[in-house]
Amino acid sequence: MNAASPLTPSQTVGPFFGYALPYDAGPEIVPAWRPDAIRVRGRVLDGAGEPVPDALVEIWQPDETGEVHRRPGGLVRDGNDFAGFGRCGTDPDGGYWFSTVKPGATGDAAPYIAVLVFARGLLKPVFTRLYFPEDDAAHAGDPLLGVVPAERRATLVAEREGERRYRFDIHLQGERETVFLGF
Amino acid sequence: MTHPPYLYPPYKSTVLRAPAQEPVMPKLGPDSVELTAPVFGHQELGRRDHDLTVQHSGEPLGERIIVTGRLLDSAGRPVRDALVEVWQANAAGRYAHLGDIHPAPLDPNFTGAGRCLTDDDGRYRFVTIKPGAYPWGNHHNAWRPAHIHFSVFGTAFTQRLVTQMYFPGDPLFAFDPIFQSIPEQRDREKLISRFDMDTTVPEWALGYQWDIVLGDTPVEAQ
Repeated sequence: MNAASPLTPSQTVGPFFGYALPYDAGPEIVPAWRPDAIRVRGRVLDGAGEPVPDALVEIWQPDETGEVHRRPGGLVRDGNDFAGFGRCGTDPDGGYWFSTVKPGATGDAAPYIAVLVFARGLLKPVFTRLYFPEDDAAHAGDPLLGVVPAERRATLVAEREGERRYRFDIHLQGERETVFLGF
Repeated sequence: MTHPPYLYPPYKSTVLRAPAQEPVMPKLGPDSVELTAPVFGHQELGRRDHDLTVQHSGEPLGERIIVTGRLLDSAGRPVRDALVEVWQANAAGRYAHLGDIHPAPLDPNFTGAGRCLTDDDGRYRFVTIKPGAYPWGNHHNAWRPAHIHFSVFGTAFTQRLVTQMYFPGDPLFAFDPIFQSIPEQRDREKLISRFDMDTTVPEWALGYQWDIVLGDTPVEAQ
């Protein structure tokens, strides 16, 4: 099977992307001073619970009304404009952060942020979603959360850390392994 | 399967980082957000971003090369205006990264990072120098074949691909667990660029061609 697949295989991002891929405005999808800004932070952890200091976290999301913006602005931020793409390399403690807005819901899904993680030791990336704890009611009917075993569902829901502040740790492996998506 | 598995123990860093659980597929597959991708514009890129040999006051040491090819979808259609990012070691096999402790010289005239957008034909083009092989601590006498890292965006976030481009005839392929992690030899060969006399510019630089074909996702089990 797959004899004729033309696809280009994935390879690890390796440990040395830090001077090439991250950029200053990467984590700040909207300025933190905006009244509607939310802050998301978390850590990327390995199967032993140790920090992954050489991971790259990317997010992609619609704006607060659920609209996906198809215009430039993900690399060079333009004031109040919103591009929906963010990128943050992890720090020595495995930490990452984003300043963004809470996305509106699209279709049947509860509001979520698409999350993609690359790292040394990951031969291909992992995709996941960050859902918000206050949307409990909408989670029951969500097309993804509905097929995730109940005991693993919490790995997809950020913790509320304060007013407009959330924490979302990503466990690549181990007892609390984050649910990763088949795409 | 085209792509490597998550767990490939000869590449030691996979052992504690490979997810162990089966990936989950949402009932309806990727949704409308995941099936779109960020759009990037020329105004976001610098004029010299695609030429890694002119980013400093002097010329970098090493063999000047042109690396070009097309970004295609699995039906062979060009992916236009897509962001392509590259990074690489210098000619001596050293990255301009604080974490690289290989005792090879840094080149003050070479950082080794570039980016460009694909044109209407899906084509990207970089001018750079040929990177050197370098040792890494994975196992005794471990050396990476010379490679250029590529990061590309498709038209869906699920198509996001990071990979490495290699050079033809490298004697290190057989010994490199990262290259060997791709299950099928014919798929490994898709990462090897082709020397191309037509891309080569007389009296100036050797040319290599390498096309990138995006699937629906780099994770898909096929």
